Amino acid sequence: MSLLEVEGVTLQYKTPRHLVTAAYKVDFAVDQSDRYVILGPSGCGKSTLLKAVGGFMRPVEGTIRIRGTEVSEPGPDRMMVFQEFEQLMPWKTVLGNVLFPMRATGKFPRAAARDRAEAAIETVRLTKFRDAYPHMLSGGMKMRVAIARAMVLEPDILLMDEPFAALDALTRRAMQQELLSLWQQLRFTVLFVTHSIEEAMLIGSRILVLTPHPGRVRAELDADGFGFDTMDRTEFGAMSKRIHRLLFEPVADPVAPAAMAGTLRQ
Amino acid sequence: MSVVAPGTPDAGRRPEFEREPLDARGIGEIERPLPLIERIVHDDTVQRVGILLALVLCWELYARWLDNALLFPTFTETMGVFGRDIASGVLPDRILTSLKSLAIGYAAGVALAGVFTTIAVASAVGTRLLSTLTAMFNPLPAIALLPLALIWFGLGIPSLVFVIVHSVLWAVALNTLSGFRSVPETLRMSGRNFGLKGARYVGLILIPAAFPSILAGLKIGWAFAWRTLVAAELVFGVSSRSGGLGWYIFEARAELETARVFAGLFAVIIIGLVIEAVIFRTIEARTVTLWGMQR
Repeated sequence: MSLLEVEGVTLQYKTPRHLVTAAYKVDFAVDQSDRYVILGPSGCGKSTLLKAVGGFMRPVEGTIRIRGTEVSEPGPDRMMVFQEFEQLMPWKTVLGNVLFPMRATGKFPRAAARDRAEAAIETVRLTKFRDAYPHMLSGGMKMRVAIARAMVLEPDILLMDEPFAALDALTRRAMQQELLSLWQQLRFTVLFVTHSIEEAMLIGSRILVLTPHPGRVRAELDADGFGFDTMDRTEFGAMSKRIHRLLFEPVADPVAPAAMAGTLRQ
Repeated sequence: MSVVAPGTPDAGRRPEFEREPLDARGIGEIERPLPLIERIVHDDTVQRVGILLALVLCWELYARWLDNALLFPTFTETMGVFGRDIASGVLPDRILTSLKSLAIGYAAGVALAGVFTTIAVASAVGTRLLSTLTAMFNPLPAIALLPLALIWFGLGIPSLVFVIVHSVLWAVALNTLSGFRSVPETLRMSGRNFGLKGARYVGLILIPAAFPSILAGLKIGWAFAWRTLVAAELVFGVSSRSGGLGWYIFEARAELETARVFAGLFAVIIIGLVIEAVIFRTIEARTVTLWGMQR
């Protein structure tokens, strides 16, 4: 049995004027210690899928199961890391932010929680900034705090919604490397959403490619062999081209024209 | 415009260069303290005190030139009366009476605002109810309700509390609600992600996240309440045995003791300043400013 099983999931949400289908009959499964990447152009419902796994949204059909139990509401077994920096609580210090979810869930005794928090801050190399407030930190540092805060709870799965998209290119590269080295140490399971082919190949061990409007599964690829050390190999380029083709090459798609017309009307 | 001839790649290109940094010792110390006198003159507190002293001097000079204690007593005379009334215990007693009604009314108003905001947050109908009530009652001066309060509650503290509650309630409720609404969606989602629900979610996420707005509401509410209280005491302190500050001013006017009227106004201003500049500033410095939520 896989850690996370998504079966035939269709997701819809309402805007004031439309009922939008974000994802249609999506299936996938994430195993323990996978770095599972959902890749697709904007509007393929990948963030909506992640929210559904997080329990913030119910599928209109299909099921999402984590360790065999159906997901019905948000919970600390699935920690989310968001793209926005304002996910940190501005009224708490770095230490306070990392401690907060442990205190809120009561999963760890007080003294243990503090030791764990300090260790997690050490892991993301922010010990010097332990008592700083979020507004004093740079974007990359805030993101590291968010990751430390999510991992300290030892969730079953880490849900990352384009976590590095708001960072500058150099910081993003550093954060990608940092995430990978953290994974080398801790072997956590992560479900990672991105719209960058390169990021998907660097971060992911499996890549799920989605089509836009509504999001449907186009392919599932193995990306375990690709990393920073293989970026200049020809296979890397070939894989990147293959994904590009899957994403952008026109296929006979009965809904696409109507869906496109729909977006134009909005 | 020059055209580079083919085959001569260097023609027209500016040369590159590298060099040692200039010797900057000629300018003296790179960072040096300003002279003491310059620092004192530019200090915020020093400047404020200076302005106050200048105003006091104008007051004193004008009053001496006018030489009419009934219309405009001098600063020294006012301070004399102020000091004597403080020493005799009259003024502290009046101030205490005022502050007591204020504290009761303010606390009740804030508590009621909490109830209204809870209703408003809980449902869309509640939100509309609160925004309609606020639109109706916020522009209504609290003091205009005093006659009605006198009919309902008679002379005394209950009437005062009623008008103070009215002046606090709407400002605080409106600000708290708009604060709750402006809490970023990501922060809400991460709160729910930790499994927080109901009262813990409100207390641990929404209230601190909306604290800048809540504090602004509390400040506005305090200013409204203080004004309303003094005005209300002016109207009906007449038959109440131990009136507050407003009654003190009214009494002094009736006896044509202008210096005492000034002393009363002085006390009203001082209390306002202390609460604003000491209490609210301290809360701000320890919360929203520290958190970087407000500059």
